[in-house]
Amino acid sequence: MGYYYMPGDYRIIHHPIIDFRRGRRIRFYYNDRVVEAYEGESILAALYAIGYRVFSYSPDGRRPRGAFCMIGKCSSCLSIVDGVPNTRICITPVREGARVYSQKGIPEIPHKLRVEPVETKTIKTDVLVIGGGPAGLQAALTLADEGFDVVLVDDHPRLGGQLVKQTHRFFGARRFYGGVRGFRIAEKLSKNVLERDNIHVYTQALAYGFFKEGVVGVAVRGGKPLNLIVKPKAVIGSTGACERTILFENNDLPGVMGAGGAQTLMNEYGVRPGDRAFIVGSGNVGLIVAYQLLQAGVRVLGMAEILPHIGGWFVHAAKIRRLGVKIYTKHTVTRAIGRDRVEKAVISMIDEKYQPIPGSEKVFDIDLLLLAVGLQPNYSLFSQAGTVMKYVPEIGGLVPIRTYYMETSVKNLYIAGDASGIEEATTAFIEGEIAALTIALKLGDDRSGVEKRRDQLVDYLWREYRMSPVVERARRGKLKVTVSEEDMEKIRRGELDGF
Amino acid sequence: MGFKETGVITREELEERGLLPSIERLEKGPIAIAECPEGIPCNICVNVCPFNAVLMDKIYDLPRIDPDKCIGCGVCVPQCPGLAMFIVDLSKPDRALITLPYEFPPEPRKGMRVKLLDRAGNVVGEGSIVKVWQYDKTWAVTVETPRDKWFEVRAIWIPEK
Repeated sequence: MGYYYMPGDYRIIHHPIIDFRRGRRIRFYYNDRVVEAYEGESILAALYAIGYRVFSYSPDGRRPRGAFCMIGKCSSCLSIVDGVPNTRICITPVREGARVYSQKGIPEIPHKLRVEPVETKTIKTDVLVIGGGPAGLQAALTLADEGFDVVLVDDHPRLGGQLVKQTHRFFGARRFYGGVRGFRIAEKLSKNVLERDNIHVYTQALAYGFFKEGVVGVAVRGGKPLNLIVKPKAVIGSTGACERTILFENNDLPGVMGAGGAQTLMNEYGVRPGDRAFIVGSGNVGLIVAYQLLQAGVRVLGMAEILPHIGGWFVHAAKIRRLGVKIYTKHTVTRAIGRDRVEKAVISMIDEKYQPIPGSEKVFDIDLLLLAVGLQPNYSLFSQAGTVMKYVPEIGGLVPIRTYYMETSVKNLYIAGDASGIEEATTAFIEGEIAALTIALKLGDDRSGVEKRRDQLVDYLWREYRMSPVVERARRGKLKVTVSEEDMEKIRRGELDGF
Repeated sequence: MGFKETGVITREELEERGLLPSIERLEKGPIAIAECPEGIPCNICVNVCPFNAVLMDKIYDLPRIDPDKCIGCGVCVPQCPGLAMFIVDLSKPDRALITLPYEFPPEPRKGMRVKLLDRAGNVVGEGSIVKVWQYDKTWAVTVETPRDKWFEVRAIWIPEK
């Protein structure tokens, strides 16, 4: 099929959409063996590229664990890096001479580790944006355009969030980057952000908690470690989401991976996640990943969908159906089989009660079982801050209540993007901009008709964009957690029934 | 079973939604067919059409192609985010010309023999590439197909040498 690989190396050399420009060749050690890698790769991606599949073991040390989320959210890749245990190697960049050891179960405290004292730095800013994905980038740029000082923190080594692994052209209006491939949007917005003097960016920087008077603590780990104490006038939390898993036998076998995890490997790092894949879940993520696997030279043996109909948009399904990928509706995965990596997937037809029908099993020989079974908003910071939350299945679970202007029940704390409930990138851009313009207005800026622009956006979001029948479920979910300013005041005073 | 169950849209389903041009129009020359039946919030085709031939009021409307304005230039084919735009030309008596999007290796070249696939990935014949061009990594490939396969063929596969 015109793909070229080096023997024993899963790095993609020729890709129909992405030109992988790899950095300088460097060496590090994994369990005392020399590993060659390219600068810019994560430790896990470099190891995966040369065939490693087991990265840790269950706490009892018996069950091998592989890569799952690839974005620093699950705990499948916790390893010891330069003496520091519990390091997520999926988001830790390779470094010349680094010593990495795999971890079996719960690690010991590294008493012998010599740690330099961590400097504490306190900074004041107008707005702190937590998370540099589509919502956060759009929010930071909007605020910077209005002349405000912004601190943008992200726990990843680079900005862009999950845009960096989206190779398809985005849908929607051109105003919100419709027609542009996701990773190109990430490049463009990140570049714009880094060029602004009034946006201060910290990567590999984890916002760990809210303190009194709106102070936020940020652990900056890239380069020289720093305990950053940020004192903002307002905060936008655009912390994104993480992938869910589902219950079935051996769902922890290496090779059972989040669909987004596979996307990170193949589209961000140019590492082919396997040779033969089966996908569980036919929402847009599953459908898009199936197509991208084919582009990366991976065979897709099929997809299972528990509902009687395809979950995602027809156009995404049509792209893979016409290349011969089968979608088994009313089916679910019941078992993964393999010793220390997945070798087979078993799916079954389900009855009206969503129970597997005995005798209906189908078995697929695979080395990759991808779960595209939904996302869950990263709500923990909001929860710690004390926002009033609600569980809404339509948008992925627990999310903060917010006004139409994206402010939560904690004053001056705003939310935008998937953290506010799972939708997609276009609404993330819009929500980020609405939050930013509202803050601009509150901080006393109405030079360029900020209020009018904000109200037009709110109108476009609710009366046009979300009126599309394909986003009806998400709209319904978002309606359940969006309240008027007056109702939010009542919620804050504890006077609204049900909150 | 509809397209939401199968992932394959039928002629009737396209016709019901006004997404299929008339045979008379197809026989006059190339025209775009938007296989976009759900009203997804997107209007890229409206924006990229040089002839203002795609009509949409709200962003969630179905794309309407004006049979008098569309000349089947194919600009929309590689730019549609859903890869749902196709150009069909039935003006030749002995064959059909279909322009479709293509994003796989190897690079398509004029004169190549390719497998013709229907909407479910079945091989329904072989054809020759008569024209290729590219927009930001997505190819628009025009293939010559048997005339009676004009509705079936919606993808190509270039066999390994």
